[in-house]
Amino acid sequence: MAKPKLALYWAASCGGCEIAVLDIHEKILDVAAAFDIVFWPCAMDFKYHDVRAMEDKSIDLCLFNGSIRNSEGAEIAHMLRAKSKVLVAFGSCALEGGIPGLANLTTKEDICRVVYKDTPSTVTQNGGVYPQTHSKMKEGSIEIPELWETVKSLDQVIDVEYYVPGCPPQPEQIWAVIEHIISGKPLPPKGSILGATDKTCCDECPRDRKEKKIKQFFRPFEIQTDPNECLLDQGIVCMGPATRSGCGALCTKANVPCRGCYGPPPHVVDQGAKMVSALSSVIDAVEPEEIERILDQIADPMGTFYRFSLAHSILRRVEKA
Amino acid sequence: MAFEPKIIGFLCNWCSYTGADLAGVSRIKSAPNVRILRTMCSGRVDPAFILKAFQLGADGVIVMGCHLGDCHYQEGNYKTVRRLPFLKRLIKDFGIDPRRLRLEWVSASEGDRFAKVVNEMTEEIRQLGPLKLSVHREIQRAIAHQ
Ligand code: SF4
Ligand code: SF4
Ligand code: SF4
Ligand code: FES
Repeated sequence: MAKPKLALYWAASCGGCEIAVLDIHEKILDVAAAFDIVFWPCAMDFKYHDVRAMEDKSIDLCLFNGSIRNSEGAEIAHMLRAKSKVLVAFGSCALEGGIPGLANLTTKEDICRVVYKDTPSTVTQNGGVYPQTHSKMKEGSIEIPELWETVKSLDQVIDVEYYVPGCPPQPEQIWAVIEHIISGKPLPPKGSILGATDKTCCDECPRDRKEKKIKQFFRPFEIQTDPNECLLDQGIVCMGPATRSGCGALCTKANVPCRGCYGPPPHVVDQGAKMVSALSSVIDAVEPEEIERILDQIADPMGTFYRFSLAHSILRRVEKA
Repeated sequence: MAFEPKIIGFLCNWCSYTGADLAGVSRIKSAPNVRILRTMCSGRVDPAFILKAFQLGADGVIVMGCHLGDCHYQEGNYKTVRRLPFLKRLIKDFGIDPRRLRLEWVSASEGDRFAKVVNEMTEEIRQLGPLKLSVHREIQRAIAHQ
């Protein structure tokens, strides 16, 4: 029997999700033995036209990482959708926009201006030019993809079967997902989150959480934290209560607050809204001035609460007047 | 056509909803722009409900609950008193004028106060104009696509 076909792709991605797949170490050989890898731009020399030539639904499994922020990402997403039976949004960027989704804090114009004009190391001629989608020169013409105003998660662009959260997903979890698929066991219902659990990061965290009331928030470098006590109880903004478990609370075990990379837990749609609730419950103040004083201490709420999920949050992006 | 603000009002069952009812029974006139949703307590108003209201086209959101000390569940509105200012900051960061979100305490006997805050809010939103968000267009597009 022919081996099932596997494709891996990266759109607006840092490459970390690709490394995470390789981090399953020698099990990658099992993957190569079980699947016929038909497309993997990061590791193997396939071209887009190779995929275009495939029959629809001929790829059995496609692991797609990265968010969609330009016309190329969208084009390949649509193409892989047509060619794949099961398509997985792999990693935070594909799931919820991820770090590239923070571009939704600003506009395409502002990004281009900073990158192509304002940076001190950029030498501009004629006031600077932005990348043009079409340019002509004497050797011929070139087309490059068009950058979008708003970064999107994969499921805002195409239909996906499953989601594997994490920035990047943890190798044990990746292996568990792949092993399940190799084993031929029945697949979970469409839309399921794989490689994670149905609780919050706090449930996996070994720290002792007492839900103490807080009069002051600190940034991690401002205090020496107790290694056993909950970081939030110590006044450090930790995304644990607004984050799905699955990583084994890697960060808090290393004395760093959770940044929320596994995305919202079940029944939570918006990590920022959840953090507003969670922090409001522990703030020890009733008087408006006192409340405002304490809220002032929370550094960069947007960048903290929505570090990975802005593009997939309820409001999706910041409106610029 | 003149702009008529669409305002979503989350009113707690025990005080403010009864207050709104009293305003009605007493025939106190108030602007019809607030669409009321009854919640058991102002503390039940998940910040996500408010963001969702803006996502789906509300021009303003008003939360009303019992006066501090009077919450039927004792602690509920003490959560609200911290959540709302926090959420005002958050929507401001999203580029939404924080005046589009309001918190008011209205007791079961304050039908007149209910009418007053509803009228005030409606006027304020009328001045601010319709709320336009890019997510509105995206949702329209997604619906049209289905
Ligand atoms: S999810 Fe994280 S590791 Fe994966 S591509 Fe995005 S930024 Fe990189
Ligand atoms: S808030 Fe953070 S430190 Fe505290 S229990 Fe949750 S994950 Fe652990
Ligand atoms: S602790 Fe939080 S930020 Fe760290 S890996 Fe786990 S989910 Fe991601
Ligand atoms: S019951 Fe009215 S605010 Fe809690």
